[in-house]
Amino acid sequence: MEKYEVRLSGSGGQGLLLAGIILAESAINEGKNAIQTQSYGPEARGGASKSEVIISNAEIDFPKVRNCDILLSLTQKSYDQYHEGLKDGGILIIDSSVNVGEDHGMHQVYSVPILETAVLVLNKPMVTNIVALGAIVAITKVVSHDALEQAVLSRVPKGTEELNKKALALGYEIANNASRQ
Amino acid sequence: MKRKHRLMQGNEACVEGAIAAGMKFYAGYPITPSTEIAEISAEKLPLVGGKFIQMEDEIAGMAAIIGASLTGLKSMTATSGPGFSLKQENIGYAAIAEIPCVIVNVQRGGPSTGLPTSPAQGDVMQARWGTHGDHPIIALTPSSVRETFDLTVRAFNLTEKYRVPVILLMDEVIGHMREKVELPDPSELTIIDRKRPTCSSEDYLPFMPEADLVPPMADFCTGYRYHVTGLIHDETGFPSNSYQVADQLIRRLMDKIEMHKEDIITWEEENTEDAEILLLAYGCTARAAKAAVKALRSKGVKVGFFRPITIWPFPEERVRELAEKVKTIVVPEMNLGQLVLEVERLCNNVTKVERVNKINGEIIYPEEIIRKVEEVL
Repeated sequence: MEKYEVRLSGSGGQGLLLAGIILAESAINEGKNAIQTQSYGPEARGGASKSEVIISNAEIDFPKVRNCDILLSLTQKSYDQYHEGLKDGGILIIDSSVNVGEDHGMHQVYSVPILETAVLVLNKPMVTNIVALGAIVAITKVVSHDALEQAVLSRVPKGTEELNKKALALGYEIANNASRQ
Repeated sequence: MKRKHRLMQGNEACVEGAIAAGMKFYAGYPITPSTEIAEISAEKLPLVGGKFIQMEDEIAGMAAIIGASLTGLKSMTATSGPGFSLKQENIGYAAIAEIPCVIVNVQRGGPSTGLPTSPAQGDVMQARWGTHGDHPIIALTPSSVRETFDLTVRAFNLTEKYRVPVILLMDEVIGHMREKVELPDPSELTIIDRKRPTCSSEDYLPFMPEADLVPPMADFCTGYRYHVTGLIHDETGFPSNSYQVADQLIRRLMDKIEMHKEDIITWEEENTEDAEILLLAYGCTARAAKAAVKALRSKGVKVGFFRPITIWPFPEERVRELAEKVKTIVVPEMNLGQLVLEVERLCNNVTKVERVNKINGEIIYPEEIIRKVEEVL
């Protein structure tokens, strides 16, 4: 692996900043280099927000994503705002609620019921980010499952470990069931 | 002690550096994108016997660290955008009364409340001349999380050594970015404390400089009673209307920095030996410039990299030397041209100076710098 550029986009409050931190820490757990940045509006909830992670075996000079290898979009608004920059052949993981229209010919697109799983199956919208991380890693193998689980468990509040493990496992499951479009 | 790589945010590294340097007092008013510095200071200072206080506004935050410093505590405040404007009057007070303090400014888009969550480098000139009157100042500008730690330690050391306010000029990217870092063991750090008087309290003249132009500083409430004022004052600390006293004081304050320039000024350079084009960049923009140098070098373009780490005083002599060697200096910055004015002043009639400017709240991309270099080739 040379370098992976990952962009996680969604709505403010979905926990994507934390998801980015966890993904970067997973990479560090594996001995790689990682850098995480964010971009958000002044509002605390809503709007479009993104968290970016670059994972590399080498030194990372420029900290922001320019040639996106992996893009997650949990909302239509964030897809519309941030999908530019996903490179040809890049992996696009969208929540099932997002419509990518006709512009996805060049990318590997996976539509995964991430929000539905967190809200309806687990009944815990706050684990949306962990379900999403499970799905991303299942599809892209950008870090190992063990490194990810270790990073998740060291970041989540005490007493929520089982819930988060379950969210991660469900993320893997729905991603493995999702067919490439 | 076992070393551990960990993911750390720039703002967090700033607090870690401050505590490692001996910070014992923080006062401020939280503002994006510097808020984490206040939050983490509030959490960590009590654990090392320090005090955190959230003041009613930025003006009071600056005033409080001046007061705390006079009692002998190493003190810091952090702010951003309009908060930095509010601190200016008291920064001038710290400069004339020679009170050690560290002011962190995590730059965001301005003017006014501007773009609260976006990066900018629009406060470069404000860091130098934001408060009125001729005054000494030191400003340091980090471009990585690890360097934020190192420069915060250095900011405390310089402010203690020279009794001059030191500004740590960060930006939103460096403040909020998380990077893999390994912090040094405290035993590896050089920590400087201010000079304190060795004479008796009766013989103490609080503003009588020694050979290094810096007067020893007594802690308040230790029996050394003295007067502190923002007015022009003589060596006793009491105000004076004398032309001679005014002239001597301001000249000494400025000479204090001039005399120790070599100790204060630092920079980083790469690939300058054979460079025909020099990229001069600082803060987060230096990251884009470094990526641009690598990309251009791989295509055989002879481009070099220069990054002022001490931004004020500006590394004039080295930039002048490099200007003699290169054909063009390209200065990318996230403003409409501030530090470039220094470069243009130094390079007038010696070499060409080109600008790359961006003010929309986005970091400058490597390809934007590369495009400019290819244009001037």
